[in-house]
Amino acid sequence: MMLAPALVGYAEPWWIQIIKSIVIFAVGLQLVPVVLIVERKLLGRFQGRYGPNRVGPYGLLQPLADIIKLLTKEQFRPRTAVGFLFALAPTLSILTAVAAFALIPFGDVQHIFGTRVGLYGVDLSIGPLYLFSFSAIAFYGIMLGGWSSGSKYSFLGAMRAAAQLISYEVSQGLALLGVIISAQTLSLTGIVHAQGGMWYFIPQAVGFLIFLTASFAETNRTPFDVTEADAELVAGYNTEYGGGRFASYYFAEYLNVLVVSGIVTTVFFGGWLMPFGIHPPGWVDPIVVLVKMAIITFLFIWVRATLPRLRYDQIMSLGWKVLLPLASANALLTAIVVVVTH
Amino acid sequence: MAEAQLPVSVWSPGEDVVEVRRAPAPGAARSFTRAFLETLRGLKTTFARVIEGPVTIQYPEEKVPVYPRFRGRHRLHRFEESGLEKCVGCSLCAAACPADCIRVVAAENTPEHRVSAGERYAAVYEINLSRCIFCGYCEVACPFDAITMGHDYELSDYDRSDLIFTKEMLLAEPLERTPLRREDE
Repeated sequence: MMLAPALVGYAEPWWIQIIKSIVIFAVGLQLVPVVLIVERKLLGRFQGRYGPNRVGPYGLLQPLADIIKLLTKEQFRPRTAVGFLFALAPTLSILTAVAAFALIPFGDVQHIFGTRVGLYGVDLSIGPLYLFSFSAIAFYGIMLGGWSSGSKYSFLGAMRAAAQLISYEVSQGLALLGVIISAQTLSLTGIVHAQGGMWYFIPQAVGFLIFLTASFAETNRTPFDVTEADAELVAGYNTEYGGGRFASYYFAEYLNVLVVSGIVTTVFFGGWLMPFGIHPPGWVDPIVVLVKMAIITFLFIWVRATLPRLRYDQIMSLGWKVLLPLASANALLTAIVVVVTH
Repeated sequence: MAEAQLPVSVWSPGEDVVEVRRAPAPGAARSFTRAFLETLRGLKTTFARVIEGPVTIQYPEEKVPVYPRFRGRHRLHRFEESGLEKCVGCSLCAAACPADCIRVVAAENTPEHRVSAGERYAAVYEINLSRCIFCGYCEVACPFDAITMGHDYELSDYDRSDLIFTKEMLLAEPLERTPLRREDE
């Protein structure tokens, strides 16, 4: 099943693309508060407590209260901050997170009111490369924010982010390489189609675990939250941020969790495909993807509740001494198997 | 160098040697496997907490029951049959109080105006609860069991002067009863 790059994806008329992007952004925007409250509730349960349960029924309006509180707060910055970059950095973070969200396929090409619409933001012939380029730019959001704050803690957080980035990103790319070799396409919808026989988390189990570990690092969550490290660095790169700008960082962080769980779903858990050969109608596809994303997000929260933060040098040695050799071996082995079996 | 050649008497720990269990040497595949398995064990531990459910007591709505001997806010008592106050205004509680927070002013009972069972009664009986250390010495000192330590512990107020409890307040039944722990709890 060799797909030429030009045949990949389906481009709709421009007006459908605009509507699609609005819908996807709106859905993403609605999902973030849900993840927020679910995370806080679940973290509570994992620690034997209730979590927020005072605002609204079961505390479900807590994210709304948080957001209103943050948006009505005063904007301020330290005297030593570089104003322009200080304001730009959270925007960059949120922009890249939303841009990466466009990549997640929520379903195949559907016929809606006689028009063919792909249930994804954009289906690129360079899917994972687009993802990695945007996650690399997302790192600038953290880096610039930390540097332009003009504060030592923020700067330390940003430096740690840089050091962390180089130790996980290579392995993350290599972990995905195994899947790309097996699917023989860089299009994410193509990768989903290639999982018709078996979802890739079984043959690519090593790649899956490496990608998941690297994803924890990419989203700056425990056990790799050295950039924030609230015990040592106050709040790391966003120490000097408050109000709406802090809300932007917060939003971007949770959107990144969603993006990563979407990518894991797409690449390793068969995207919109159902197990046991069930073929539901097309409108079920987004629901299937969202359920799978919810399960991966649960895993993220579970791990956050379990593992303590790794030391700086432990992350380095994990990234370079364990993940990188494993990912390389995995990619090499997959390549050999694919060449031998074809 | 001369110091190094001095005879060093080696101290023997004797029988009390405990072997310290150490982690396997780092860098091996073994330590990675161990880290992975320990992570899984940790995940199991945290998930068990979800199944157990929260242990939080939602305080203002739910209250922890107190033990019968809990020393909370004081109560003054009356005789059940006659309704007369037990306190005779002897001021022994005030004398026993280490925080000096009890003020008693005694007055004579008259046949027309009979307040307590004894000769005298407490015309003024005030406890400054912002000073009280809840030691219970007043309860021990009282010869008539007129003052006892109650079970109420929600004693915050907006004004210090509101924490001076008068005789009427101490005699009255508490507005809300503090839950009491059973014997076997």
